[in-house]
Amino acid sequence: MRYYLAKRFLSNIVALWVIITITFFLMKAIPGDPFTQEKALPKEILDSLYEHYKLNDPLPVQYVNYLKSIVKWDLGPSFKYKARTVNDIIRQGFPISITLGVEAALLAISLGVLLGSIAAFFQNKWQDYGSMLIAVIGISVPSFILAAFLQYIFAIKLDLFPVARWGTFRQSVLPALSLSALPMAFIARLTRANMVEVLSMDYIKLARAKGLGGKTVIIKHAMRNALLPVVTYLGMIVVNILTGSFIIEKIFGIPGLGQWFINSVTNRDYTVIMGLTVFYSIILLTAIFLTDIVYGWVDPRLKLRNRLS
Amino acid sequence: MTENLFEPITRDLAIGETIDRPSLSFWEDVWRRFRLNRIATCGLVILAILSFFAILGPLLSTHTYYETNLSLKNHAPCMQFWFGTDDLGRDMFTRTCQGARISLFVGITAAFIDLIIGVLFGGIAGLIGGRVDNLMMRLADILYAIPYLLVVIMLMVVLGSGLVPIIIALTIIGWIGMARIVRGQMLQLKQQEFIQAAIALGAGRRRILFKHLLPNTMGPIIVTMTLTIPTAIFAEAFLSFLGLGVQAPMASWGVMASDGLAAMRYYPWRIFFPALFISITMLAFNLVGDGLRDALDPKLRKA
Repeated sequence: MRYYLAKRFLSNIVALWVIITITFFLMKAIPGDPFTQEKALPKEILDSLYEHYKLNDPLPVQYVNYLKSIVKWDLGPSFKYKARTVNDIIRQGFPISITLGVEAALLAISLGVLLGSIAAFFQNKWQDYGSMLIAVIGISVPSFILAAFLQYIFAIKLDLFPVARWGTFRQSVLPALSLSALPMAFIARLTRANMVEVLSMDYIKLARAKGLGGKTVIIKHAMRNALLPVVTYLGMIVVNILTGSFIIEKIFGIPGLGQWFINSVTNRDYTVIMGLTVFYSIILLTAIFLTDIVYGWVDPRLKLRNRLS
Repeated sequence: MTENLFEPITRDLAIGETIDRPSLSFWEDVWRRFRLNRIATCGLVILAILSFFAILGPLLSTHTYYETNLSLKNHAPCMQFWFGTDDLGRDMFTRTCQGARISLFVGITAAFIDLIIGVLFGGIAGLIGGRVDNLMMRLADILYAIPYLLVVIMLMVVLGSGLVPIIIALTIIGWIGMARIVRGQMLQLKQQEFIQAAIALGAGRRRILFKHLLPNTMGPIIVTMTLTIPTAIFAEAFLSFLGLGVQAPMASWGVMASDGLAAMRYYPWRIFFPALFISITMLAFNLVGDGLRDALDPKLRKA
């Protein structure tokens, strides 16, 4: 297990390095530079700007410097917002995004597991078809369409929730719901598939034969094993929610990191795009790595298999 | 009980030996199972209707998708404008059909390119095996670790907006899923007896690949391809919604939804139609993909 994790850790570091390198050279490959604007700056100012941001150095030197500064966790300045650094932006936006993300993740996991269990328990009955219909709709309807729909029904027509902005719990309900739909649907399908498989196993039949009721069998015996594979999906939840937040935060006017990222893309604020891409990649790779650890920890069978091999 | 109620059958051996049902080929059987799945068949019918409107829709209307008419701005759906008009007085029906063209084009093209690269890459890795396979899959794994939409957004920044950049951005790491599946299948199939038998009978590499390995991998390849299409359609709409995809006056569902969102409070039909169609299209592709998966591998569903 330890050997396996060390291997995974190293390959994650390599993946991160590849991402940083690709991002760096892609951003440098774009014609023009951050100071290219309609009204050309005087040459002296341009030169001193280049000097200040060390853009006159040869490319390999800039690359090595960039790698060094990432190791020191300095993601550089923003060219569009002069007083801010990428670190400032992360410090400001990330807590908001993570609050929203955790809310969406909890919603996705609890609803997904519930829906999947119901479907498996009432296999091939209307409850099953209903749950799976909700799941396939959750996978098919894009998050931004769902967001618009929720906004129209619950904020504009029924006036139950605020249309946009951020700060109170009520304001976070609609964005969290729109973010959670896709991972919820995936979890529901995964839970159903695993649950159906587990429910046909001998130890479940034994539990039934002992005279245990349906609920006890499901909750105490089937749930544990059925949910194990769902744990592997946790990394994917983080990916879905983070990339989903780009568009949801924009629609609901939430000043989170996703909104910053999209703004930096539309403003062509290259250092911010670069810095946030690196930051997102670190978060996602960490999430996937943690998933591996947690999975090995919750599934004793995996540990045993590794010890034997 | 009278005697003639039961008639003894003739003891003809030939009758016992006849096979009374025509034997079905694998694909006929898949098609039969697919048709039994009513939901998946619905998906297929929806796709047929969508393709019809994508191809012929703009001809049914007397308007073009780019023709503006400022005196008929934000007109509600009526006999002349079936889906209403937008803020420049453009006919929403023609624009929605045009959007279907773009979505289907992007989805199918991206899936097809993924198919070619993925099958080649995964096939070579799986077939050769050993060190080459190890190296190739290590590379694929690293690329696979990078979040798809993040890469796509990044590439759109570099490549600029437009249809060709979208397809390049979508396929540059999109093929990896296909490659992994093809490679996994190849490795699994290589172990099986019928391949060993073919090798023992002196079949060449090329014959084994095209006559034995690829036909047996077709199922997972087709399912992956059908499920790649909605992913690509979503990514295009996502990019266009954010203003990174197709540019005006082209009508992509993402652009239309984004424009419609701003005016949702007063002119809800402007977001309703693109939203409805993008959802239906993705739903139909997902249903067909799920149906195909069940039809190709009936054991999976029964378990």
